[in-house]
Order: sequence, then structure tokens, then C-alpha cells
Amino acid sequence: MQTRDIVLPGMYIEERKGRKLNNCYSEGEKVYSKVLGILKISEEEISVIPLAGKYIPKVGDRVVGVIDEVEVSGWWVDINSPYKAFLPIGEALEEFVDLKKVDLSRFYDIGDVIFCKISKVTKNKIVQVSMKDMIARKLFGGAIMKITPFKVPRVIGKGGSMIELIKSKTKTEIYVGQNGLIWVKGGKKEKAWECISTIEKEAHTSGLTEKISKMLEG
Amino acid sequence: MGKKTNIQLMVDGRRIDGRLPEQLREIEMKIGEIENADGSARVRFGNTEALVAVYGPRSLFPKFLQESDMAILRVVYSMAPFSVDERKNPAPDRRSIEISKVTKDALSGAVFLEEFPRTVIDVYEYIIQADGSTRVTAINAASLALASAGIPMKDLVAACSVGKIGDVLIVDLCGKEDNYSESDMAVAMMPSKGLITLLQMDGRLTKEEVLQLLKKAEENCKKIYEMQKKALLEKFKVVGED
Amino acid sequence: MKNFVEEALAQGKRIDGRDFLSFRKIEIVENVSKKAEGSALVKMGETKVIAGVKMDIGEPFKDSPNEGILIVNAEFSPISSPNIEPGPPDENAIELARIVDRVIRESHSIDLEKLFIEEGKVWTVYVDLTVLDMKGNLVDACVLSSLKALWNAKIPKIEDGKIVREEFSGKLPMVYKPVTVSICKYNNNFLIDPTDVEEELINAKLVVGVRDDDKICAIQKQGWGTFHISEIERCLDLAIEKSKELRRLI
Repeated sequence: MQTRDIVLPGMYIEERKGRKLNNCYSEGEKVYSKVLGILKISEEEISVIPLAGKYIPKVGDRVVGVIDEVEVSGWWVDINSPYKAFLPIGEALEEFVDLKKVDLSRFYDIGDVIFCKISKVTKNKIVQVSMKDMIARKLFGGAIMKITPFKVPRVIGKGGSMIELIKSKTKTEIYVGQNGLIWVKGGKKEKAWECISTIEKEAHTSGLTEKISKMLEG
Repeated sequence: MGKKTNIQLMVDGRRIDGRLPEQLREIEMKIGEIENADGSARVRFGNTEALVAVYGPRSLFPKFLQESDMAILRVVYSMAPFSVDERKNPAPDRRSIEISKVTKDALSGAVFLEEFPRTVIDVYEYIIQADGSTRVTAINAASLALASAGIPMKDLVAACSVGKIGDVLIVDLCGKEDNYSESDMAVAMMPSKGLITLLQMDGRLTKEEVLQLLKKAEENCKKIYEMQKKALLEKFKVVGED
Repeated sequence: MKNFVEEALAQGKRIDGRDFLSFRKIEIVENVSKKAEGSALVKMGETKVIAGVKMDIGEPFKDSPNEGILIVNAEFSPISSPNIEPGPPDENAIELARIVDRVIRESHSIDLEKLFIEEGKVWTVYVDLTVLDMKGNLVDACVLSSLKALWNAKIPKIEDGKIVREEFSGKLPMVYKPVTVSICKYNNNFLIDPTDVEEELINAKLVVGVRDDDKICAIQKQGWGTFHISEIERCLDLAIEKSKELRRLI
């Protein structure tokens, strides 16, 4: 077994030798894959990058979310995951709010779209998000598209090359969430949509960058 | 199961459908035919065919059903009304309810449920045509559907049926053998670990015969396991870029 | 949090002082319902189950026109536990009934051919089980009470094609006395006759039905735990050995 091999649940990979495991499990020294995915072996870690599955929140991930419910002390946010995230007032607003007088929907209302950061995930997967992040913001207008979360890295490309290419050529504003939700606004929105859909469908093929460049020229 | 009959189940070393005692039927495995599902698979053993869809992990309501430290797995096994000789009432019967329950046990042991607290993973099994061994065929498909949904597991689960006609051990029972053989056994296991996750047997067997049948079942689960792996690898083969 | 039961099991002990391979005290009360053709109440430790046999004239199945019919039903009475609500049987009650059914049927314990009355008419034997106190090891208790009730059961008299209740023409044609022994796996140990509290800690159980001639008539694995083949061999040995203790009670 080597890096880039496809592995399946239960497939033996190699000896652990003290390394970290990601999407793998060990029995004694023996390491097996937990999921269907692509193997990545390094000196520090044996990791499997899943080829399918739901978005499961991790601290530090930046996600696109949609306000789902307004509560007394914060907001419930749909983050395209089995788990809803909570955005508490303290993580959303700088100013003091008198909760007796102010309805929180004044700041974020049901259906509003935000780009936020996963700030806390407990063992039982209680999830909190925060707006206290450099690039967190409320996203006005635009439209959301949904892709399978594990294809997000393809859409972003190496060092953001792919998404920057699409943005500049289509003159759009795009926010890509790790959770597979992508917000697009302005410019040739439909073209950007088309490119991202193509990347999702053909994420596993080679020559993708070339193909997208061509689509953007045409 | 063990009904009296005049039907000759074995003639000149051949079974009622012409197979040799230890011969599996023609097996077909297809992954991902249900677009809406998070994972799906169709598996056919001869004229027994199961379609399985997996949804989840997803949030579970009402809340009191949730387990705070793990996901729950639910299984519904059902048969198409037209899958059998005489139309089957589509409402769940006692047999289907029992099969759903033992299948849930057979799959739960293989899934890392602790990774998804408070959620549910739903496995829906639908038998399109039934000619014996439906529960094991469905388990083979369910295991493929779970893997293709990205659900973490210790191993794939492979399953098969074994039985006995006279003194002859047979594998992969067809409908008539299911009904009239003296003894039959359904086995599911995690083949690379040698761990049995489902075991149901009825008939009249000595302890030694039970163990012989189990070994046959293990051998054949391993064969089926290889086919499952092949089906998954083929579906998800990735051409490297750059 | 570990409770006392768990701590005891981890040390190879049980809080009621039994060793792993002992049954609780078993008591059987026969003919607890005078209206039934046969009945028995089994107390297995604190677990209480009741089985009753009723018989009726029925139509045979097409593929077995000369055989009587067996129908087994089980119910967890709301009497039996704070966790049971009144209503139709759930998956656990259904599984229980189907295991009991298979043990009785597959062991050929009843000579169903002797239940033929005349062309198109056979006896239907109903075995109805009710769990009265759910304190663990229900399958073994239910099989035991069913078999006891069946071995006690009498066939009603027929006059002019009708059943005369409370008059009997003979005993039910019983042949074998199958019983089940449910073997539970705890860590690498095996134990039998678990209490309800012990059952909560056990995730793999093998129900083994054994006939008088040591033939295995039914096996059902329960719970999400797993077994190696070698462990199953050990379970079968234990079940055969322990089945004799239960069979003596029928």
C-alpha cells in the first residue's frame, strides 16, 4: 500500500510505527483503513482522505451556513452536516445588546447566509460557530450551490489556484465552505456555477485545470 | 425450512437448479444506482436481488431516540409485493421485522457508530426478486452501500447461506432449497477478522455438522468479500492528476 | 460510571453469588390456567413468563395437507417492566416468538402428522407466551414454559365436527423436549442465564436450541457483538451440557 492507493474499510495498510492516524484504526501495530478513500502516508501520519461522506465539523474549518432558527441568546445555523451549529451572541456581535429590547433577528434572520468559523466541537458533537474571524461575514444576495464536501479541495485547487482562476475570469465573488456549500455572487455567476459543477463531476480525472481554463475562455 | 416434500433437491450430485453443492449462483454487484441516497448498492445472486440505500449519518428526531455518545443504526428490510410467487402484502410482517432486527445487529458491529453521536444511519433494504437467501443478499448490498456512503467501518460485512440436503453440504440456497432442505444457516461476517456478525440456523444438526457448515460459510463469505472489494474499487477508481 | 454488576463481572463474579455457568433457581408451576389446554408458569430467578396452549380446528397449509399447524405468539406485558408500553409486539417480542417457534418446529418436538383430523381439517396449536416480569434471559424461560405447557397439553374432544371444551380425547403427541441455552459473551468469558442488569452489559449472545439427542435445532446470534468460530464451538459445547439441566424440568 502506498500514497494515492484507494483503500476500503478493513483494508490493511501497514505497521503504525508511532504515527498519528486519520480515518484509520489500529489493532496492535497493524493499521487498517476505516473508510473508502485515498491513502496518504507520511512520516508523521497515516491518513485516508474519504471519497464519500457527510461533512463533520472540525474546529478551524471555515464554512458557509444558513441561519435556521433565531433563539433568545443566539442563532442555529444549518452547516450542511448532520449537526447544526450554534452561533451565540458573544461570538457574533461586538456591541452590547439589551436582550429585553432587541430581537436578534435584527442582526441575522432566518435564511441569512454567513461565512463563519467552527470555533468549538465537543466530544458529543455539540458545534459552535463564530463570526470573530478575519474573513467571517454576512453574505448578502448571491446564490448558494452544494457540492460533496470531500471535493472541496479540488474546487479550491493548489494554494487556491483553481478558485482564484474562476473568480478572476468570471468577475464573481465566491466563498467556498469546507462543508460543501459555495456562495457565488455577481459577474458571470452561471459560468462559475458551470465550472464548479464540472470540477465536482470530474474531480477524479486528470487535466482538470486545463479543461476549466478552456471553459472560462470559451 | 424442513417442510416435507416429494421434490428431489439433489439428483446425481446436482442441485435443483443444476449447480454443484458448493457452487454459488451468478453474482452481480452494482454500486450507486440511487441518486438521492448517500450510498447505495444492488446485489443479485441468481434470481434473488436486493437494492439497498443508506441515508446518513443524519440528525435524529424525536430527540429522545438519540444516543448522546453514538449514532444509532436502523434497518428496514422489505420485500416487493411482486418478488414472490403469491403477491406479498407490502405491510411489514413478522418475518421482515425479525430480519430487520438481526440485520441491524449484523451491521452495527462493523460500523464505528461512536464517531457520529446523536445521529442516525438508516439502511433501507428492498428485495426486488426473491429466490432464497434474501437476507444475506441484502446484507452484502447493505455493506457496499454503507462503504460507498463514506461510513467508517472495521471491515466490510459479507454474508451467505449454507445448508444440508441429505449428507451433502450446500452453499447459497435457492428458494426451493430454503423451503425444503433439512437444515439451513445464514451467516454474515467481517471476513478479514474472522468475526461472525450474524448467525441463524435451524434444522437438526450435530455440533460437528454445525461447525462444518460454519467453515463452508466462512470460505464462501471470503469469496463474496473479494467480489465486494472489486466492485467498490472499480466504482471509485481514481485517475491521478498532475 | 461502573456499577457493581459490571465490577463483579470484570472479576469473573456475579453479584448474586452464582458462577458464570449456573442458572438461577428455576421453579415451574403447571396448569396455571384451567381454561387452557396446557399451561405453565416459569420463574427463572426473578424472571417470570407464562405459556398457554389453545387448540382449534383449522385448515391445513396447501403444501402440508396432513399436518397440524403451530402458531407461536409472544407478548411483553406492560406488567413486566416500566419500559414496556401497551401495544402491538415490538421487534424484540417478535424475534422472541419466532425463535420459540423455530425451536418447537425444527426439533420436530410435536408430531404434527398426528394432528390430522380429516380431509381439510387439522388441529391448530396456539402457543401464547406472555412475559410477566422482565428480569433477563427471556428466550430460555419462554422455551422452557412453552415446552412444559405443550407436554401437559390435552387434545379437546370432537363431537359432530365440533370441539367439546373441557373434555379431552388424549394428550398432545409430543416427541422431543428441546430447550435453549443462551450463551453470553462477556470480554473473553461466557456466562449463562443473565439477569436484566447483566444483559445491559452484554453485547453478544448466542441462543442455542438443543434436542434430547444433543442435536442443535436452532441458533440465533443476538446483539451487535461478534463471535469467532472457535468461540461458537465453545458455546455449542456449553449449550449441550447445560441443556440437560433444563430438560430435566420438563
